[in-house]
Amino acid sequence: MAPPLSERNTGQLWSLREVHFSYGDTPVLRDIGLELRSGRCTGILGPNGSGKTTLLDLLAGLQAPQSGTIEFQGRPMAAWPKKHLARLLALVPQDFMVRFGFSVREVVEMGLHPHLHRFATPSEADRALIDQALAVTGIATLADRPVTRLSGGEKQRVAVARALAQRPTVLLLDEATSNLDIHHSLELLHLIRDRFERQDMQVVAVMHDLNLAAFFCDHLIFLKEGRVICQGPTDEVLTPATINAVYGVEAEVTANAFTQCRQVSFRLPASH
Amino acid sequence: MNRRAAAVWMLPLAAVLVFGVALSATLGYLDVSIPDVFAILIAKLRGLDMPPGIDPVAATVVADVRMPRILAAVLVGGLLGVSGAVFQAILLNPLADSYTLGISTGAAFGASLVIVLQIFGLALPPGVTIPVFAFGGGAGTLAVVLFLAAGDRRLSSTSLILAGVIVAAILSAAIGFLKFLADEQVGLIIFWLMGSLAGASWANILLLAPTALLGTLVAVYYSRDLNIMATGDRAATSLGVNTVRLRLVLLAVSTLMTALAVSVSGIIGFVGLIVPHMLRHLIGPDNRLLIPLSFFTGGLLLLVADTLTRAVLPVEVPIGVLTALLGGPFFCFLFKRRQRNGATAF
Repeated sequence: MAPPLSERNTGQLWSLREVHFSYGDTPVLRDIGLELRSGRCTGILGPNGSGKTTLLDLLAGLQAPQSGTIEFQGRPMAAWPKKHLARLLALVPQDFMVRFGFSVREVVEMGLHPHLHRFATPSEADRALIDQALAVTGIATLADRPVTRLSGGEKQRVAVARALAQRPTVLLLDEATSNLDIHHSLELLHLIRDRFERQDMQVVAVMHDLNLAAFFCDHLIFLKEGRVICQGPTDEVLTPATINAVYGVEAEVTANAFTQCRQVSFRLPASH
Repeated sequence: MNRRAAAVWMLPLAAVLVFGVALSATLGYLDVSIPDVFAILIAKLRGLDMPPGIDPVAATVVADVRMPRILAAVLVGGLLGVSGAVFQAILLNPLADSYTLGISTGAAFGASLVIVLQIFGLALPPGVTIPVFAFGGGAGTLAVVLFLAAGDRRLSSTSLILAGVIVAAILSAAIGFLKFLADEQVGLIIFWLMGSLAGASWANILLLAPTALLGTLVAVYYSRDLNIMATGDRAATSLGVNTVRLRLVLLAVSTLMTALAVSVSGIIGFVGLIVPHMLRHLIGPDNRLLIPLSFFTGGLLLLVADTLTRAVLPVEVPIGVLTALLGGPFFCFLFKRRQRNGATAF
């Protein structure tokens, strides 16, 4: 059993100060100041176009802000060599598309890329790691199938298996379950949560579904129109007031005995 | 991929290629036996006198006429195969190659310009200017095509191929005008536009061989990064692949490879498209294997085609015409089969 949250090691992961980001003339993130710590599963929530994915890109080092500073483990993002960063951070994109018919195993093996010398062949230990990543994501039987022939849910599990093979310190999820049915969503999130509980890996997840976020995340950050509206432990910030302020819907939040999580129900405000 | 699989494919192909080169050197107007071909080449390479019993005419024909042309066929085919494989991998598009992207036409325009300038009495050394102008034309065309297609951030098949077709159409008209200017000497341009290895010399080999070697090595060096590119830019960047640098380096290298091939042989279509495509069906999409095999297969294909037109067919058909006549229908077949398999065409 994982130790309670308060006893876990809560080291510094990212520290953002006065971060601004825009695509051309369109501002996407404004004046973001955040501390992201380890030892808790962090969720980034907000309506469409609120800048969630862009924030994740900044954390992953895929984009650089126009102004402000982002530090990861006390070192500015720009000072990290990309290859080194790839050994610490793995990203599971929202829509994992592979253009040529690579086999599932070949795609998962790509996760070794930042750890392997250019012309090195994977070692026994590497191959065992791949087998394990295939097994825990439940795609071992698909290992030799071309990834282009898989269903959306299977592809998404390939993306997670590849990220696991990357042995990251932090796993970044970008709405990784938004194309999955509820069974596959829960399965995938349980799998990742389990890794997190065993303190193998930290997690920052952009999420769409508030109820899945309530089950999955210990800490939530709410974005709206590129600003942080509120953040804090899930139990404190997942309230009708926050949801109304962020999404503009009326909400009821209850402690659900069946799921042992907070559950949210919504309706449009009466004036609609 | 493991190294054994690479050896299993690479060694036999290399052996077939060497045998093909030797066999092709025996074919032609003058019959020369395979042992004699080897004897002549070994004597030439070691700078020795021809061994007794070998016809000196045969020695000249094999060493100075057939060999440069045969090697040029292998190298041009290899260059087109590798650059096709790289274009397809980097643009995530199995329909991309130097021909469909208009790069070949751009290179042909550059080279035709040199020919016309020469007709008008501009004294330029063609050995240098044709490759330089061909590269300039090819690189310029690539830049314009990418610019036109760049509005579509995913660089999808449709927008890239459409941009390639549009630019190639404009360039074809420009080449038409150059032909008109060339007036009576238009044959020079036309023969060259249809593709031919008839004029290949040892000087060409000295240009093509290092380009083929270096270009293929660069492509193989980046082949694992290219594999990862197939899973999308964002995912590739998060795995530590510098996608911007990779694109720039490999587009420049492939354009150089195409342009030099075009500057020697003229436009030879379909090799760059068909070879990687066919290989992907046989061995899968892993670029670590696909790129070197594209060199060998492209070389072999063009060697066979050139030997056909040089020594087997009663009249010499321009090789670009031959590859298009053979490759075109084959490509139509692949295209229809993909549709039948339920995949959207490309």
